Amino acid sequence: MSVDTKTVKRVAHLARIALPEAEVERMQVELNAILGFVEQLAKVDVEGVEPMTSVTPMRLKQRADVVTEGDMADAVLANAPISDDHYFVVPKVVE
Amino acid sequence: MTELIELSLAEARDGLEAKRFSASELTRAHVAAVERARLLNAYVLETPEKAMQQASYSDARLRRGEARPLEGLPIGVKDLFCTKGVRTTAGSAILGDFKPDYESTVTSHLWRDGAIMLGKLNCDEFAMGSSNETSAFGPVVSPWLPPNWDRARARSTIIKATAEREVPQGLLVPGGSSGGSAAAVAARLCLAATATDTGGSIRQPAAFTGTVGMKPTYGRCSRFGTVAFASSLDQAGPIARSVRDCAILLGSMAGPDPRDSTSAEIPVPDFETAVSRGVKGLKIGIPKEYRMDGMSGEIEKLWAEGGRWLAQAGAELVDISLPHTAYALPAYYIVAPAEASSNLARYDGVRYGLRVEGRDVIEMYENTRAAGFGREVKRRVMIGAYVLSAGYFDAYYLRAQKTRTLIKRDFENVFAAGIDAVLTPATPTAAFGIGEKASASPIEMYLNDVFTVTVNMAGLPGISVPAGLDAKGLPLGLQLIGRPFDEETLFAAGQVIEDAAGRMVLPKVWWE
Repeated sequence: MSVDTKTVKRVAHLARIALPEAEVERMQVELNAILGFVEQLAKVDVEGVEPMTSVTPMRLKQRADVVTEGDMADAVLANAPISDDHYFVVPKVVE
Repeated sequence: MTELIELSLAEARDGLEAKRFSASELTRAHVAAVERARLLNAYVLETPEKAMQQASYSDARLRRGEARPLEGLPIGVKDLFCTKGVRTTAGSAILGDFKPDYESTVTSHLWRDGAIMLGKLNCDEFAMGSSNETSAFGPVVSPWLPPNWDRARARSTIIKATAEREVPQGLLVPGGSSGGSAAAVAARLCLAATATDTGGSIRQPAAFTGTVGMKPTYGRCSRFGTVAFASSLDQAGPIARSVRDCAILLGSMAGPDPRDSTSAEIPVPDFETAVSRGVKGLKIGIPKEYRMDGMSGEIEKLWAEGGRWLAQAGAELVDISLPHTAYALPAYYIVAPAEASSNLARYDGVRYGLRVEGRDVIEMYENTRAAGFGREVKRRVMIGAYVLSAGYFDAYYLRAQKTRTLIKRDFENVFAAGIDAVLTPATPTAAFGIGEKASASPIEMYLNDVFTVTVNMAGLPGISVPAGLDAKGLPLGLQLIGRPFDEETLFAAGQVIEDAAGRMVLPKVWWE
C-alpha cells in the first residue's frame, strides 16, 4: 500500500500540520518507506484473534464522583501564549 | 572531589550515612562535573541552585538521622518528566518555555525520598528516536569514543561542528530516546537518571553506553506528568551504573497512582534485596527467533556466553520459540504512531508552548505544528493519522492490535510452560556514528529496536545489562525479559551477568 501526493496532503491536513508544496514529495517517499515496511503484517494469520485493548489484564478503575481540585484558573493559564480575562485567546474560528 | 562522582549510587548512599562526606559536597562535585561536560550536550537544563538547596536540606536530615531512601543523592531527570516550575521540553521546540505547574508522579517520588535534581536531560523529540538525534536541542555525544580517537580530536570536532551549526560527525550516538540519561550516567554526570521506554528507549541507550537500564512492567510506574508518546507502551524506568543502583532507583520511582488509571495497584517490592537472590533453579528461555539473519558473530558469541554465565550460577537454559517476534517491529510502527497522533494533537499553540500565528485558528494550528515539530515527529504523526483514518483502520491498526495479542500470547505460553525469564541480545550492533544514518531510510533507524519492541508490545519488564565490548571496544548489552511484575527475577539474573562480566569500565574523561 502506498500513498500519492494527494493523500499526503489530505493526511497533513488531518494531522493539522502545514506541509509546503516543496516538502510534499520527500514526505511521500518517507511515508511510503514506512508503509512498505509495515506491509509484512499482511502475512500474519489473525483469524479469530481479538485486538489487544489492554496490555496488562485490568479493569478500568473508577473514582468517586466528587470534586477534588479546581479554582486554579491562573495556574492553568500560566503558560498560555495569549490569554485574557481567564480565556485562552486564539485567532477567529472560520465557519 | 572528583572521586565522589566515581561512586555508585549505593556507595554514595553508604558514604553519606557513614558521614564520610556531606550531601552538599557530593552535590557540588556533580554540579561541577555537569558544568564541565557541556560538550556532550547531555543536559538541556542545569538546576544547580535548586540542587544545592535540596542538598542543604538533605544534610540537615542526615544530621538528624532522618535519611529518606534517596537522601542527598544527585539524579538527572529526562526532560520528558514534568517538573514543577522547571522548564520541560520533551526535546521539542513546540513546548517553548513551558514550565509545568505540577510535578510528575515519578519525580515527585524522587523528591519525596530526598533525591537531588541536577537538571533535565536531553532526549529524542517526544521520545521518538533511537539515537538522540531528533532532539530540538541537538544530538548528545556519547562519552564512548570510536577507536583511535583521542581527546583533542573529539573536543575539536565538537567545537568546530557547533560553530558551523553542524552535527559532530564521527563521534558516537548514546542511543535513544533516553540518550541524555544514558550518556550522563556513563560520564558520571549524575549517580543515576530517570528515563522512559516505549520501544526500547531505556534498554537500547543503556546497551550503547555500557550502563544498566530497566523498563519495568507496564503499570509499575505512574505515567501521570510524563509527556505521553504512546500511552499503551510508555513506561518510566531507571538508568544507572550497576544493577543494584537501578533496583534502588526503581524502588522510589515505582508505585500505584490514582491519577494514572493504568497504574497497577500492586505494592512495590524491595527490589534491592532481590538483586542478591541468585538464579538457582530458574529456567531461562533462549528464543530461536532472536537469532536474526546477518546478526554479528560477536553478539551471538556474547549471547551464548551470557547463557553460560547463568547456567554456571545454577539456572537451566531452555530453547524456546516466540513465533511472532519478527512482526513486533512493523506492528509497533503502526500502533505507536497511531497513539502518538492522538497524544500530540494537544500541541496546537492554544494553551502552552510555541504559537505561530495564522489568519484563522486552523492556520494557527497548522503553522504552529509545522514549525514546532521536527521531521521524525511529523512522519510519525502523519503515519498515525493515516492508519487510523477511514478506510485504513482495519487493514493497519486493527491488524496490528491483533498481532500484538499474538506477540503477548507467545510470551504467555512460554511463561506458562515454566520459563522464568528470557535472555536475548539487547541491540543488533554497538553504537553507530552521529549523522551516519542521516540519509538512510527511516526504517534503518527503526531496526535498532528489533530486540526491544517485543517487550513493550507485550507489556513485560525488560532489563539491559552490559555484558562485554565489541572488537572496537564499544559496549554490548544483554537483555532479560521477565514475567509481568517480576522485575525482581530480572534484577537477580542481571546481577549474575554483571558479576560474571565484571563491572563495565567507563570511559575516562575527555570532554572537560
